[in-house]
Amino acid sequence: MYEHDVIVVGAGGAGLRAAIAANEAGADTAIVTKLHPVRSHTGAAEGGINAALREGDDWELHAYDTMKGSDYLGDAPAIETLAQDAPEDTIRLEHWGMPFSREEDGTVSQRPFGGLSFPRTTYAGAETGHHLLHTMYEQVVKRGIQVYDEWYVMNLAVTDEPDPNDRTCHGVVAYDVQSGNIEGFKANDGVVLTTGGPGQAFDHTTNAVSCTGDGHAIAYRAGVPLEDMEFVQFHPTSLPSTGVLISEGVRGEGGILYNEDGERFMFERGYANNAGELASRDVVSRAELTEVNEGRGVNDEYVYLDMRHLGEERILDRLENILHLAEDFEGVDGLVEPMPVKPGQHYAMGGIETDENGETCISGLYAAGECACVSVHGANRLGGNALPELIVFGKRAGRHAAGEDLGEAEIVTGYGEDVEDETDLDSPVQPGRAGLGESKAAGEVATDGSGQLTAGEDVLERAVEAERERVEYLLEHDGTNHADIRAKLQEAMTADVNVFRTEAGLKRALKVIRECREEYQNVGVADPSRTFNTDLQMTYETRNLIDVAETITLGALVRNEFRGAHWRQENQRRDDENWLKHTLISWNDGEPNIFYRPVILDGEEKTYEPKIRSY
Amino acid sequence: MSTQQEQPPQTEETEPGEESADTEPSPQDRRMAQKASRQAEREKAAEEAEPTGETVHLKVFRFDPEVEAKQKPRFDDFHVPFEKGMTVLDAVIYARDEFDSSLTFRHSCRQAVCGSDAFFINGRQRLACKTQISELDQPVRVEPLPHQEVIKDLVVEMEHFYEQMHAVEPYFQSEDTPPASDLEEQRQSPENREKVKMSTRCIWCAACMSSCNIAAGDNQYLGPAAINKAYRFAMDEREEEELTEHRLRIIEQEHGVWRCQTQFSCTEVCPKDIPLTEHIQELKREAVKKNLKFW
Repeated sequence: MYEHDVIVVGAGGAGLRAAIAANEAGADTAIVTKLHPVRSHTGAAEGGINAALREGDDWELHAYDTMKGSDYLGDAPAIETLAQDAPEDTIRLEHWGMPFSREEDGTVSQRPFGGLSFPRTTYAGAETGHHLLHTMYEQVVKRGIQVYDEWYVMNLAVTDEPDPNDRTCHGVVAYDVQSGNIEGFKANDGVVLTTGGPGQAFDHTTNAVSCTGDGHAIAYRAGVPLEDMEFVQFHPTSLPSTGVLISEGVRGEGGILYNEDGERFMFERGYANNAGELASRDVVSRAELTEVNEGRGVNDEYVYLDMRHLGEERILDRLENILHLAEDFEGVDGLVEPMPVKPGQHYAMGGIETDENGETCISGLYAAGECACVSVHGANRLGGNALPELIVFGKRAGRHAAGEDLGEAEIVTGYGEDVEDETDLDSPVQPGRAGLGESKAAGEVATDGSGQLTAGEDVLERAVEAERERVEYLLEHDGTNHADIRAKLQEAMTADVNVFRTEAGLKRALKVIRECREEYQNVGVADPSRTFNTDLQMTYETRNLIDVAETITLGALVRNEFRGAHWRQENQRRDDENWLKHTLISWNDGEPNIFYRPVILDGEEKTYEPKIRSY
Repeated sequence: MSTQQEQPPQTEETEPGEESADTEPSPQDRRMAQKASRQAEREKAAEEAEPTGETVHLKVFRFDPEVEAKQKPRFDDFHVPFEKGMTVLDAVIYARDEFDSSLTFRHSCRQAVCGSDAFFINGRQRLACKTQISELDQPVRVEPLPHQEVIKDLVVEMEHFYEQMHAVEPYFQSEDTPPASDLEEQRQSPENREKVKMSTRCIWCAACMSSCNIAAGDNQYLGPAAINKAYRFAMDEREEEELTEHRLRIIEQEHGVWRCQTQFSCTEVCPKDIPLTEHIQELKREAVKKNLKFW
């Protein structure tokens, strides 16, 4: 057994920032990650970090843009915290040596991004995430923070209280990928989940192969609600063959979208008469797919993104890596040809429900970054708002877990008196467990709700034992290959839970998800080795993807309105009367329980009145 | 809502079906027809291509210390259906998911930033994700990075590489003139940023280290990646002179920059085009200028 004060699971932007903050607050901090920190997916972020740094801009404008961009589904206390903390936290990165792009006077550059009323996106070329990740890892090395790299976290150790709000998290169970050892990690003060997005639930995604929603699933099974999972952002410019992301920076710098007929459709077809290509991502994604669906797409699949007119010098200065990406992954020279692009799954606005201090309804369990939903992005995230979210809420979660007083949170979490239950869900299937039959090793939930087990060591020991048994069983058992189940799940999600959604399609997807659950009952791991068994690890990940896919689809089915990234065929209007509320889904006695909580539109000084979102 | 209702529905004057009988099909209809026919053509082409489908012949290194049948290193052959734009990583993933789920390798972002899938492909260190199959002679040999201990199949021990990276104190340490407030940045000229830019692109893939003859013979040699990391900080004008000298002392030690014999293999294999050899030479010159001892 390993023991630390604060255990951070995951080592991307949010994880590293949380670990640094916890360490600075005096806690003995360790990071447990299934990759090495510099391999984390934050490294692939391209665009930049929104922060009000300059004269003419201020945090209130940033908060307003974010609330509008969220289509009024963000919570004001979270959004205002983001906008207030971002400037200092961004400049802190500069103090740590981050190589931001610079102006002639040596100050950091900022550029325009979609949905922003001021050019407040601070960036480092078109590889901001890479520099952010490496700069923070350097600080982790400097501080001597313990990193357990290539350790896969399988489950949480949570007490047995019947009500999730009464439970406490005492640590995690993790698997040393290199040796196959399964060990408990006891967290005296808190566990911070920073495991990133669940993009692998889809087959066309900009997300890394490692983005499998592990944190989402283990928190969900321990009783924490997943919030607003139906809001999945599709990025309008990903390369068609691989899903590799072409940064919004291209449009920020003046890149133009054309259809097959050479029309600049964002204007000529009236999708966004003012902002054009710089309208927010959901608007541009729908415009592109509409062009394709109406027969004006190139090869019936994609549209063109053109940056040639920007000139070689500017492209090389600000978008150089875009040239490399287009060349290496699509065989296109961006200096002489337009680049093919289409929408791809990019970011999960929803996630593990937390308050503005990063805490979940389970005591001692925190989440930050893309795996969390605090919620700052609401129905649609603005470009350049993910990286400030990482540093702001990573920092806050780390500090709070280490025992620092950040003040009372305004956002309430968990199932309580203020919630409204879903009463008329017409689900076509009975959701079930993706465990392993009735075997003892199934251990589907992290806690049995009996109220028996309360001491930290006991809780951890039981959790470790359950995972050891499960691994034994999987290694000895011949059965379905997880890859077949994963492929089937991904295809169904891309077919029916994509940019455009219909009730029939969502029900079709739920049926497939249910089949995947059933097939998973008979899953087996073909590789018998304990050494670097990626087959075993991916089998675990696939189960997590099933849970995540189900919450996304259920959320999309119940939300019968059109808001932000969530488009519903049956209802083409944003319905503020009925739907200014968050969708929450918690795992309860072997099935998902759906409930709602109102959006908080009251900020510190003012109330954000929902307005029509036009660009 | 009420304003919408006041507008007369525009299609009322024509009976359904009338327009299509007598008038030209709309551009939209023509397009949809074209789309359908193109779709049919593509499906037909795909069907025809199927039986004679081109395949890629992979020869993949296999080794597992634990599994009896795999304790003796060998090469496995995989024949993977070829698709345009296919990378070596795509092919290896296909082989794992369709033929042998025990085939083990690291990979994550598949877009050349995570640095975890550097393999020895057809005799050269490359990132599998950014290597197009069509550019390679077949069979495509995929092996783990040379000069690194193999853990299993294509997975090598990276611990030593990370230790060398950490040995150069790879973190910003400037405290000379701290900014006046938390909201004021340090200044860095665009020229200085340009100077360090290439060096900041390192993704820690270890391709350079694996290609270096000197590193192969001298386990303590810091190696091109770590020296490049030192360059990134030594050349950053935001760090004061004393610190720069401290950094130069680290890299001019016995197993530092002077070991480099300018063979350029690191520069040749770097997937991020970092001029590693040049950076090492520049640090040698700086060390001389600062009158530091050299070996």
